[in-house]
Amino acid sequence: MLSAFFIFNQKGEVLISRLYRTDFKRSIADVFRIQVVSNSDVRSPIITLGSTSFFHVRINNLYVVAVTKTNANAALVFEFCYRFINICKSYFGKIDEEAIKNNFALVYELIDEICDFGYPQNSEIDTLKSYITTESVVSQNIPADESSKITSQATGAISWRRPDVKYKKNEAFVDVIETVNLSMSAKGNVLRAEVDGHIMMRAYLSGTPECKFGLNDKLVIDKSQGGGGGDAVELDDCRFHQCVRLNEFDATRTISFIPPDGEFELMGYRSTSNVKLPLRVIPTVTEVGSGQVNYDVVVKANFSNKLAATNVVLRIPTPLNTTTADCKVATGKAKYAPSENVMIWKIPRIQGGQECIFSATAILTTSVTNRQVWARPPIDVDFQVLMFTASGLIVRFLKVFEKTSYQSIKWVRYLTKASGGYQIRF
Amino acid sequence: MAQAGQDAKFFTRGKIEEFRADLHAADAKDKKFVKRKTVLKKIVANITMGNDMSPLFTDVVQSLGTPLLEIKKMVYLFLVSYGRSAKPEQINMVIPFFLQDVNDRNPLIRALAIRTMSYIPIPVVTDALTESLRHCLRDRDPYVRKTAAICVAKLYAADPRRAEKGGFVEMLRDLMLDANATVVANAVAALSEIGDRPDGVIFKLNLTAANKLLSALDESSEWGQIYIMDSLLRFVPERHSDAEIMAERIVVQLQHANSAVVLTTIKILLYLMNYMENRRLIEYLCKKMGPPLVALLSSGPEVQYVALRNILLIIQRRPAVLKNDVKVFFCKYNDPIYVKLAKLEIMYRLARAENCREVLAELQEYASEVDVDFVRKAVRSIGRLAIKVEPGADGCIQTLLELIEAGLAYVVQEAVIVIKDIFRRYPGKYEGIIPKLCEHLDSLDEPESKAAIVWIIGQFADRIDNADDLLEVLVDTFLEESVEVQLALLTATVKLFIYKSKSEKAKELVHKILKWATEEVDNPDLRDRGFMYWRMLAINPTLAGEIVLAEKPPITTDSDRMDRGALDQLLLHTGTLGSIYHKNPETFIRNAAGRALTDSPALNPNSRAVLVHLPRPQIPGPPGLAPTDSLIPGEDAAPAPPLPPRRNPAPQDSHTDDDDVGDDSDNDAETAQNRNDDPYSNLDSAFSTYLADEPKPMGAGAHRGRNDDDLLF
Repeated sequence: MLSAFFIFNQKGEVLISRLYRTDFKRSIADVFRIQVVSNSDVRSPIITLGSTSFFHVRINNLYVVAVTKTNANAALVFEFCYRFINICKSYFGKIDEEAIKNNFALVYELIDEICDFGYPQNSEIDTLKSYITTESVVSQNIPADESSKITSQATGAISWRRPDVKYKKNEAFVDVIETVNLSMSAKGNVLRAEVDGHIMMRAYLSGTPECKFGLNDKLVIDKSQGGGGGDAVELDDCRFHQCVRLNEFDATRTISFIPPDGEFELMGYRSTSNVKLPLRVIPTVTEVGSGQVNYDVVVKANFSNKLAATNVVLRIPTPLNTTTADCKVATGKAKYAPSENVMIWKIPRIQGGQECIFSATAILTTSVTNRQVWARPPIDVDFQVLMFTASGLIVRFLKVFEKTSYQSIKWVRYLTKASGGYQIRF
Repeated sequence: MAQAGQDAKFFTRGKIEEFRADLHAADAKDKKFVKRKTVLKKIVANITMGNDMSPLFTDVVQSLGTPLLEIKKMVYLFLVSYGRSAKPEQINMVIPFFLQDVNDRNPLIRALAIRTMSYIPIPVVTDALTESLRHCLRDRDPYVRKTAAICVAKLYAADPRRAEKGGFVEMLRDLMLDANATVVANAVAALSEIGDRPDGVIFKLNLTAANKLLSALDESSEWGQIYIMDSLLRFVPERHSDAEIMAERIVVQLQHANSAVVLTTIKILLYLMNYMENRRLIEYLCKKMGPPLVALLSSGPEVQYVALRNILLIIQRRPAVLKNDVKVFFCKYNDPIYVKLAKLEIMYRLARAENCREVLAELQEYASEVDVDFVRKAVRSIGRLAIKVEPGADGCIQTLLELIEAGLAYVVQEAVIVIKDIFRRYPGKYEGIIPKLCEHLDSLDEPESKAAIVWIIGQFADRIDNADDLLEVLVDTFLEESVEVQLALLTATVKLFIYKSKSEKAKELVHKILKWATEEVDNPDLRDRGFMYWRMLAINPTLAGEIVLAEKPPITTDSDRMDRGALDQLLLHTGTLGSIYHKNPETFIRNAAGRALTDSPALNPNSRAVLVHLPRPQIPGPPGLAPTDSLIPGEDAAPAPPLPPRRNPAPQDSHTDDDDVGDDSDNDAETAQNRNDDPYSNLDSAFSTYLADEPKPMGAGAHRGRNDDDLLF
């Protein structure tokens, strides 16, 4: 398991250094600095030197690093790093050099609590916040029963929730967020289309609410067995937050749980069948001799005209030896970004059914030194469509049962987006 | 909820004397301990920056009297950092504070005290800890007990004999029956840690104990679930039904959001499958594992990488897990390089006649990307694809020729290397393209590709009209070439001579090169081969021809498929570092515990046939403390039923009579066949070099041991 935990800034300076075991000295940090921070070509998140292995995750301007001398569970180590990052985001609102430096004493408290002798321990944010706080606590003043409440929560079966949560207005917000990953060939064939779905929940519910959640899914373990079924959506798989009773899901396909207080990811899922692609991109790119490339790109919004795609950004690659590029658009704005070798076309809003056209000419230098083969990276599209799910998933119900049987208000929102994974080759 | 901290200003190097003065100044007029807190934070920041603060030991320890938890935690952090190197009289000052805290009313404080003490593994502290720990292991608060359980592992690391004599290992075993799941999970983690030490107390589970642990699974935290499931490897099913029922109990965990829970579940399922009989269940489990594995590809790139490296192992042993899913492994343009390389390998493994076209189209796309390594590997994969999937070979060759046409030097080199193997796989089919290859002779400047083209020219010298001219040019630089190329040149020239013994040029060339090889070169292999050829040619040229141009054994793709026994063993490390490097951990990590399947009446015969035995260093325990197998106190392990007589089937049997649902049995049989028919398929492996860019631990293997570790200090 973990022997040490470090946080480095971009320059390789140590911001946090905690040794959980005696098999290292603090100077082990120097090895990481040399091997990873000052190495411009790091080709693995895991580096093993002799018996020592360094795991690192980059986040903003930081390296979150775990070191071990054992045959550690690599998935566990990375999940721990991710969890640490989430805890910091929740405590400090963000995670970067400034946040870590400004709260380093608290960070030390946290990592002492969430990991003991290299074994990750209770890391439920809600529980942690009940006893690791930024306010000074006078030790003698914690009443014994108060602290035993904390300890029973930290070790209990519902470690993610305090029992004494109270709200005046009981509300639950469900956000279904789908990220579409698309890879389309130059001929317009879909090579791969996949929805990476996340159901985020913000629960502001009093007491210990028992929730039941229903979707229009038919979970398909074996596609060949699947029969028809109306508007049911095929999910390739789904995975659940710790709070969901997996046994019950396995037996009856109901998602039942006692939610953590506040925001959490209830469920993640993947769908690859019948993915509805909100934006259709049709590029025509022609190289005219060796000095010029002509572009014509059409974007079509493939959904109901009541909805709209917003923040649409197309990144259209140009050859590395482009000197100038002249872009013409009727909708949105387009410009050539020489440092990234792309033309960026931004469209604030495309109504369903609408079509937008982009045309451009890139002029290339013909000097021999620059004549590298152009890899033709794909066109990348980012966008968001509210109240639309590419998988067709719909929340059927969310029921909340609590012994005081209060009324609760539920809100559901859908969002389909693409960020960096919606790619069209040309 | 948290107000933003403003402590970044403390990250400046300070002087010991200043801090000491500040600490003393904080003794007076510091009502809310603001001054003290500030100076302690400065000290902690300086520890972080690597500034030695140990001279302040005595001064800092004085702050333990302050009734502020925040201050106490900072002092404890200081103690964890410097306690080990402190003088006994200094440490003695601290012990009373610890002992006071161990008896605090607040369970969080009690736990904090033993947790901190156990981080300072020196005798004075350990002495004080031992008594307190005994109480804490029986504390009424589960938080204290779960902390105490880990403390036992720390105590064992510091002083194994004291931990054993003190009866702490037995106490840990009692905690496995605790009512609180977190306590159970930590006890299991501690026992596993101890059991994995070369000198540790053996930790095994019988059926009752394993079932007890499983009942704690639902109430455990995600980490606890991992510790508990991990320990199931220590349970050896004696009956098929035991393995089957257990698998059914844990299979729901595949739906967990935490990738480590998912991979650990898969590890245990794969392990238990070795002891199962019910083919339908095995089939069902394989199907169940696929989607969660694919789902890991939407995690962060680091977890994706771990998943991909594991998938690569899993599909070699259980192809049914991900049979038709090659598309999900297509690379995204912006995947990190390590993810792309791992995906490429899986794409190759999952390629078959039905999806060959799609896979080839992807590989062709990758061959025009920017990263040189990735491009080269993509080109190689095209060649491997041609060799693996016969119906796809034409398409692959076509693609390779297009790539050669484009003329990018490193692409051409890779292409030539794989084409050499394709020639050997499909003799008489594609030699027509040789002239195209020869056009690019100039761009081949790396030994491997140069050796490949030289081999091609030599082997087909009878069909290449200007083979003698080409070789003459290549031979020119003979003395400057690497050994690999020299060996190839030597053989190629001899072949040329045998084909065209009438040609003056060939005679001249072979004479020149034999002379060089035997007189001018230091490499013994080269010289030996030179002498051998020379004598053969001198004694009996006809026979020499038969030997040099003997029919080559066919090239197969099975040498890049891992042997089943090794796979079974490696899969016991699913999710760990070993599974990333595809190496057993004991081969690259000092003191790492090896694993192997344990024989039992339930173990399926095919797994038994390839069983790898693992010698465990047996270190005799202290007298009176025999390692116990039974873990539930008062319950002895039932004597193991007699094992069935060992069947040692011939290798063919083990493959034809295949237990694996989903294992491509045809493929497997063919593999076995080839392995038997062709004694050279491993020796003359065309694929050994394809593994050259596998991820691997640095420095491991080459010069293991103390030196590596010293490097790190």
